[in-house]
Amino acid sequence: MGTGHSHALYVHEHSPIHRLTPEAKIVAALGMVVPVAITPREQVWAFALYASLIVTVLLVARVPIRFLGIRLLALTPFLAFALFIPLIATGETIEIWGLALSVEGLWGTWNILAKATLGASVSIALTATTEVPDIIRGLGILRVPALFTSIASFMIRYLELVTDELGRTRVAMTARGYDPKWLSQVKPIASSAGALFVRSYERGERVHAAMLSRGFTGVMPRLEHRVTTTNEWLQVTVLVAICVGTVTIALIVA
Amino acid sequence: MSAGIELRQVEFAYPDGTPALRGTDLSVGPGERVAVLGPNGAGKTTLALHLNGILVPFAGSISIGGLEVVESNFPEVRRRVGMVFQDSNDQLFMPTVREDVAFGPANLGWGGDTLEGRVDAALAAVEGTGFADRPPHHLSGGEKRRAALATVLAMEPDVLVFDEPSAGLDPAGRRELVATLRDLPMTQVIITHDLSLALELCPRAVIMNEGRVVADGATRDLLGNGDLLAANRLELPYGFSLVEATRGD
Repeated sequence: MGTGHSHALYVHEHSPIHRLTPEAKIVAALGMVVPVAITPREQVWAFALYASLIVTVLLVARVPIRFLGIRLLALTPFLAFALFIPLIATGETIEIWGLALSVEGLWGTWNILAKATLGASVSIALTATTEVPDIIRGLGILRVPALFTSIASFMIRYLELVTDELGRTRVAMTARGYDPKWLSQVKPIASSAGALFVRSYERGERVHAAMLSRGFTGVMPRLEHRVTTTNEWLQVTVLVAICVGTVTIALIVA
Repeated sequence: MSAGIELRQVEFAYPDGTPALRGTDLSVGPGERVAVLGPNGAGKTTLALHLNGILVPFAGSISIGGLEVVESNFPEVRRRVGMVFQDSNDQLFMPTVREDVAFGPANLGWGGDTLEGRVDAALAAVEGTGFADRPPHHLSGGEKRRAALATVLAMEPDVLVFDEPSAGLDPAGRRELVATLRDLPMTQVIITHDLSLALELCPRAVIMNEGRVVADGATRDLLGNGDLLAANRLELPYGFSLVEATRGD
């Protein structure tokens, strides 16, 4: 307890990327992810260029590449599925290590592998350099409806608390000999989920009372923050322009 | 600034029909610090929620500094009465402590340097400048309680209402809380089961039971009346000596 910046997604540094306003970083991330998604899969050079851009951003942000690698492990289940595509796809085949693999399928795997890795790397770069509350604030500045940002904000604020409550319930169950091994023993967990829902609902009512008591009238007040400078928007524009330029050339070449 | 509180024959029942307040009368003078004692279910928290219009009485009247607690006055009533809730996690709902402290004053329409000044002053008053930019769920229990207090101090209230302020605090956190509350000039209503806290902070106490004020007097006198305490399920801590505790008063 008691440490700041201790969120698992964030890397505490004082880099120029960390200092950029959240809204500028969100625009930059979107401006990178969309070109990556629409780049034709055969244009391998374009993916290499995107990867080098992301690595450059991470180096400037002083985010360890190892951190990126660990965070990317979250993709493993999805990518494992993609590895089966060459085995089940039809069309022209090529033999590798005695296996007849579909060429079309191999391109399909590459497409998912490259785009998912690059897309996830961009999100990791964003969350490693911007704390989650700031990302939500940035979304608000970018005119994402207040209802969505408020829901996201409350969810993040109370998620750990609800997880803690669930953990305490599990401990209380274990302390009284509950040790589920079979599906038929799942009932107490389902009941505790129900109780947790009711407790969360009641907490919602108490939080609402606390908000009302400080003058809440149904609209979250917009607090003032530093405005993105022209220079910062220029940096974002350069980055996005490189990506848009790359995808344009890739589409023309394809 | 501090303001007086007047409750006259306040009655309230919860939607399931459970009566919580049955003709409660209470008068607190400006700047006074009063402890509200009583067993669980006596109506103490319900009473607190009436003081800034979170709950509205079925009958009777409430006024804060002469201003009646009715819907048309809610914005000013909520500015005047700062509520510090029992569970700080209910009170700290914004992404960072600073934003949470700014929430109330921003609702009152304050902004710019005025808002910033009030937020900084409120955080300084609870010695919370160091954790201003941290998310509330990363604070210790004592820090959360201080942050919760800062959220209401930023509204420059005339009355502070505390619901079990010492619950869950370690001894040092409790001592720091006592020191902070002692220095605040506002009228204070402190709901507590912690009788030694009541004695330390409040010259006056009231005992509630079954939705009514059943005793009102000097805290020392009430706590010295064993029959009265027993009738209301209250007990001094084991080994606690009222004579020792009030020596030098």
